[in-house]
Amino acid sequence: MTSIILRTATRYMFPPLLVFSIYILLRGHHYPGGGFVGGLFAGSAFALYTLAFDVADARRLIRIDPRDITAAGLAAALLSGIPPLFTDHAFLTGTWWEVPLFSGATMDIGTPLIFDIGVYLVVFGVLLTLVFVLGEEE
Amino acid sequence: MTLLPALPIMIPLAGAVLCMLLRKSVVLQKAIALATSGILLLTAVCLMVHTRTGTIAVMHVGHWQAPFGITLAVDMLSCVMLLLTGLLAVGISFYACFDLDQPRMQFGFFPLMLILLMGVNGAFVTGDLFNLYVWFEVLLTASFILLALGGERPQLEGSVKYVALNLLSSALFLAGIGILYGMAGTLNLAELAVVVQQGERGGLVTMVAVMFLMAFGIKAGMFPLYFWLPASYPTPPIVVTALFSGLLTKVGVYSLIRVFTLVFSTDPEFLHGLILVGAGLTMLSGVLAAAAQFEMRKILAVHIVSQIGYIVMGLGLFTQLALTGTIFYLIHIMIVKTNLFLVAGAVNRIKGTYELKKLGGLYKEKPGLSILFIISAMSLAGVPPLSGFFAKLALIIAGLRQEAWLIVGVALGVSLLTLYSMTKIWSYVFWEPAPEPLPDLNPMPSGKWIMFLLPMIGFTILTIGIGVFAGPIFDYADAAAGQLMNPQGYIDAVLGGGG
Repeated sequence: MTSIILRTATRYMFPPLLVFSIYILLRGHHYPGGGFVGGLFAGSAFALYTLAFDVADARRLIRIDPRDITAAGLAAALLSGIPPLFTDHAFLTGTWWEVPLFSGATMDIGTPLIFDIGVYLVVFGVLLTLVFVLGEEE
Repeated sequence: MTLLPALPIMIPLAGAVLCMLLRKSVVLQKAIALATSGILLLTAVCLMVHTRTGTIAVMHVGHWQAPFGITLAVDMLSCVMLLLTGLLAVGISFYACFDLDQPRMQFGFFPLMLILLMGVNGAFVTGDLFNLYVWFEVLLTASFILLALGGERPQLEGSVKYVALNLLSSALFLAGIGILYGMAGTLNLAELAVVVQQGERGGLVTMVAVMFLMAFGIKAGMFPLYFWLPASYPTPPIVVTALFSGLLTKVGVYSLIRVFTLVFSTDPEFLHGLILVGAGLTMLSGVLAAAAQFEMRKILAVHIVSQIGYIVMGLGLFTQLALTGTIFYLIHIMIVKTNLFLVAGAVNRIKGTYELKKLGGLYKEKPGLSILFIISAMSLAGVPPLSGFFAKLALIIAGLRQEAWLIVGVALGVSLLTLYSMTKIWSYVFWEPAPEPLPDLNPMPSGKWIMFLLPMIGFTILTIGIGVFAGPIFDYADAAAGQLMNPQGYIDAVLGGGG
């Protein structure tokens, strides 16, 4: 589809959609949101790009094969269950680390976030695989 | 060893991830699939050693105690199923390395198979009804793709029927879960058992139980909703058929056994009576449908249905001996049935067809393969020294003790008809000369051919082994059945804290 309106709109929409997907991912820790919705947002940003331009362009933009992203996401989800095992807890027990930030502030990063990032990547990868395969079939 | 119950889920997932990342190299994928299956088998053996004295390995995922979190609980029945899954996984991935075409392997047969194994194992270890539903979806999604992979016309036609009926069954399952949750306020199997035992809402419980019977019955291939099975199973490559026949319907049967011994055991007269009627009709309709078929894969596929009848018969009789028979039968059938499909695949490999009327005279050309077939076929029919005989014997004795004459009669009659079906394949394919000689299409050198036959030889030895060591296996099955008949142990293990 070559519509100048869609292409221009996509150029403006694309970055906010990606930023918003990350926001949704992080928000999901305490409020509605999370990896699944975030992944859908990011996937739809690229799907929009695919519609406005074409599959080859979108593939060039993303560089990594979406199937690799899916696999990486599954791996992240699986690995997020491993750290509690070292402290003799059950598989997938939430574990947090304090990460020092600038000027003495700290931030807690935990395995639920890693799991959620895994979900994000799986949803993103699967969605893009579908979009690309369908787009290339024509 | 707190991690042990989760390993049967984690290992195939890790294998699948690796296979996905290395999807360009078929050789590495083969190696990973084989290694994963091997490790899976080892894990199952470890679990078996761990639970052999009757302890139930319990794990509360994420440290959320039952009944609030998801609990994994592995008892002896789960162990048997995991062990058999491991065995089949090793055999089938080995066979796939030699038999499956290159494009299917490139398009992800191995990662899908491993995801399917994850789903199957998940269903065997979970102690939570909703989690069971999730594992069913995992394995179904993988099986949908495996069934359609390759995109041949009959495959797609079979897939449509398969998907439609399985979705219907999932919908029933989910509706049942919803009603049960509204009634009991929990989906942890152990706590559900406690709530149902208190027996405040007998009628409603029975109604929900029938919904579960329908849902699992469809997945297991029970009468009357089994027709998706012969329509879809013979369409994909034989490795996929063998994998499905060994594992998928058995997950349905396992779920039936789990739910109807642990939770819905309060009204056995009606519920288990109903199961028994279903079992009889399943046996009969399967074997009669097989008599009309003249294609190896189709005959074997409808025989799956008839064998399911036997397995469920033990659950319907609902005594310890009957359940022992059921477990023994599961051990026997998962190996024998898979082996028969693999041998059928080997025949197709040599002659390029599954049609009985075109084949013939294979005994002269390939005596080894013929012997592998006849041993499995006779075992399926229940000829004495082999595994099928002891499995059927236990079920029939259990039936006689319950004075359930009708079902015993049906079981014996169906046995005879099974023998007829197997002899039909034997005489058409192996014994009588071919109507017109078919060329040998098999390009494998003899060394590779032996490797190709290796899984079949292994399964055949297992079949004979089960017959020879029927005593110890029977004792194990008896102990497993004892656990099922006294669910209090399971309930205490899950709800009483633990690791």
